[in-house]
Amino acid sequence: METTEQTHYFVPSPSRWPLVGSAALFCLGLGAALTVNSLGVGKVLLALGFAILLWMLFGWFGDVIRESLNGAYHGKEDMSFRWGMGWFIFSEVMFFAAFFGALFYVRTISVPELGDMAHKLLYPDFTAAWPLSTGPGITQHYEAVAAWGLPAINTLLLLTSGATVTWAHWGLIQGKRKQLAAGLALTVLLGASFLTLQFVEYHHAFTELNLTLAAGAYGMTFFMLTGFHGLHVLLGTIILFVVLLRVLRGHFDEHNHFAFEAAAWYWHFVDVVWLLLFVFVYWL
Amino acid sequence: MATVTDTQHAPHSHGKPSGLSRWLTATNHKDIGTLYLWFSFAMFLSGGVMALCIRAELFHPGLQFFQPELFNQFTTLHGLIMVFGAIMPAFTGLANWLLPLMIGAPDMAFARMNNWSFWLLPPAALLLLASFAVPGGAAAAGWTLYAPLSTQMGMGMDMTIFAIHIMGISSIMGSINIIVTILNLRAPGMTLMKMPMFAWATLITAYLIIAVMPVLAGAVTMVLTDRHFGTHFFNAAGGGDPILYQHVFWFFGHPEVYIMALPAFGIISHVIPTFARKPLFGYTSMVYATSSIGILSFMVWAHHMFATGMPATAQLFFMYATMLIAVPTGVKVFNWIATMWEGSMTFETPMLFAIGFIMLFTIGGLSGVTLSVAAVDIALHASYYVVAHFHYVLVAGALFSLFAAIYYWFPKMTGKMYNERLGKVHFWWSLIWFNVTFFPMHFLGLAGMPRRIPDYALQFTTFNEIASVGAFFFGLGQLIFLYNMLVSIRRGEPAPQKPWEGADTLEWQIPTPAPYHSFAEAPELEVAENGAIRAMKGGKHH
Ligand code: HEM
Ligand SMILES: [Cu+2]
Repeated sequence: METTEQTHYFVPSPSRWPLVGSAALFCLGLGAALTVNSLGVGKVLLALGFAILLWMLFGWFGDVIRESLNGAYHGKEDMSFRWGMGWFIFSEVMFFAAFFGALFYVRTISVPELGDMAHKLLYPDFTAAWPLSTGPGITQHYEAVAAWGLPAINTLLLLTSGATVTWAHWGLIQGKRKQLAAGLALTVLLGASFLTLQFVEYHHAFTELNLTLAAGAYGMTFFMLTGFHGLHVLLGTIILFVVLLRVLRGHFDEHNHFAFEAAAWYWHFVDVVWLLLFVFVYWL
Repeated sequence: MATVTDTQHAPHSHGKPSGLSRWLTATNHKDIGTLYLWFSFAMFLSGGVMALCIRAELFHPGLQFFQPELFNQFTTLHGLIMVFGAIMPAFTGLANWLLPLMIGAPDMAFARMNNWSFWLLPPAALLLLASFAVPGGAAAAGWTLYAPLSTQMGMGMDMTIFAIHIMGISSIMGSINIIVTILNLRAPGMTLMKMPMFAWATLITAYLIIAVMPVLAGAVTMVLTDRHFGTHFFNAAGGGDPILYQHVFWFFGHPEVYIMALPAFGIISHVIPTFARKPLFGYTSMVYATSSIGILSFMVWAHHMFATGMPATAQLFFMYATMLIAVPTGVKVFNWIATMWEGSMTFETPMLFAIGFIMLFTIGGLSGVTLSVAAVDIALHASYYVVAHFHYVLVAGALFSLFAAIYYWFPKMTGKMYNERLGKVHFWWSLIWFNVTFFPMHFLGLAGMPRRIPDYALQFTTFNEIASVGAFFFGLGQLIFLYNMLVSIRRGEPAPQKPWEGADTLEWQIPTPAPYHSFAEAPELEVAENGAIRAMKGGKHH
């Protein structure tokens, strides 16, 4: 693990996976553009894109795992991975920042302004009130999602999962493989339960609260923020699940387990975003 | 451990792969850098053709060649392609080529991901260009894609949105690579406060890209959901606000202009000392100036929005913050001039472009400070004055610095010398016609001619004619550059290891052309400020 003495750095040999990944994203991009314009071929392209992307992910990560098992990576490569993951998470933070920015803007500026005296002439019937009256052109009657039901349980689930993944980490560092596997399995389970409850919550919102993306400023920020977060939970759960499978195959040891830590960092990031969501979307 | 590594390296050390797959599956930073540079040049030409279409239409008042719809598409795609297809990839390509050579790294930190960063660009460019052919044509909302224009147009807009997503992924991955390479792969002795300014500039640029490209992704995602999924982010009916789009966009957009300027500053900080044969004046202050721009550039975005009816306090804040950011830029210009002071200067092509850069970028900077005065901007906003301003910083800034860089490092990259005469002709040609094209636009703007418009009032005719003539000659001149490159790569004079007397950074300590795998083993270095090499031990190539 000494980084200072290492004079070699692993440079992978040529690989076709990036090109395959580009083909996948091209299909996904074009397919999505066609699909949102209700053109049938779009769906085909989307499916094709996803298939190619999966193929690429399996192939590329397969290569990386093989290289790791063959001992190609040492302290310096490990450090690169850590920096890389850190900056990737930073980019994700900024992506969420854009939507949080939109939330704060509509809550503190645009919705109150649309209901103020200066706008009475334009919208005489509109009284701004968060979360139930958030747009002068919105006729849809909806109810807001209560914070202290499912969302509170979900908060508990995610916080617990943060603890279980740390417990798994301790197991890994102390060479207790059983604790490692159990901790990871618990974390994956908690993630899956979170997703299930979120699904139930969305169903409830659609069918009983009449809340949709089109329900004005509240509905759109609610679904966009919780939706993108949910996608990240899904991704994090899949990553943790893959790490669990690798653990069961005997990968990783006390020193060499970047993939595990990356998954854990990602999980904590998803956790923190949720706390912000709980406070600013559900609660306040 | 070392033995394991050696067997790992075995397939890799067999020299260059050949044929098409060398480029398609490349993991070599030099190959990927070359791909980036040629791609960006191709984009520069296609964006340039659109610019010439614009100028052709504007040669005379009235509509001659294009309907307004198509004109707007040209304007939009010209901007998008120049920004995301030409300038940004060109800088990433240079960073790819040069960073490992300048800091003594074997390659970029993530060589495979590096390939992906590049190969995402052609599909994105294809999406953009193909959008001209779909019903409704390409996006026509301006490169800023302001709502509510962007929430209304046809599927060309959707293709643009997804192209931006893909280009964003590309540049974020490219930036992660740059940052990690600089932070983790510097050779022993190459400390942060000694490393080349180009490395500092790309480091801060990469950080800016990672911070703001996701925000742009968020902005266009909201446009997409407003268009197709019933949200009202930018629509007052649902509690949203078109102005919200401008805030989110310019939170990305202003750092974006520094993303296109900082690498240029880095390049100039090497070219000027080399040809003045003096170390860079005020290296440490350059580092701090660059870093402070990395912070300040997040606090000025609303200077693009003075005309939206912001509260006066906000206008004042953004006005003074913007003026503040001129200080670190002024520090840089001062340092470059101080570097030249009493230097023994020669004026090879890179130096000419560097000096041209300093003079014209300063003009662009001054018109920028003028625009930062909120009261003045109310009148000049969205006029040709703004077009003049940003082309002084983008064409005479970013683009000229790129030309300086290409001429400067051409010998190291290709092993050949470029044709100096043609280089000089290219410079003077570009300098003259650039000014003929863009200087009159100041007058047009001050006289009230709006930008993004295919037709104009008769009194603007003369200056528009001058600008159009200048643009066509400027465009023609770029073929001199292309010709020079193509011929010199094949038949140029062989270049020595260090063709420039005053060059002292690491890339000049290794053979020319740079070996395919340079610094396969990290060298041990003794380094002075700005990456100047005092002594080097070890550092194998093959
Ligand atoms: C061959 C040299 C170039 C010429 C003759 C040229 C000309 C023009 C013209 C005529 C416009 C339209 C102004 C309007 O109608 O509002 C324009 C817009 C623009 N140009 Fe260039 N340009 C050149 C190079 C570049 C380069 C290298 C960049 C680099 C980034 C660039 C960036 C832009 C941008 C961002 C816009 C704004 C597009 C918009 O209004 O949405 N241009 N250019
Ligand atoms: Cu700005």
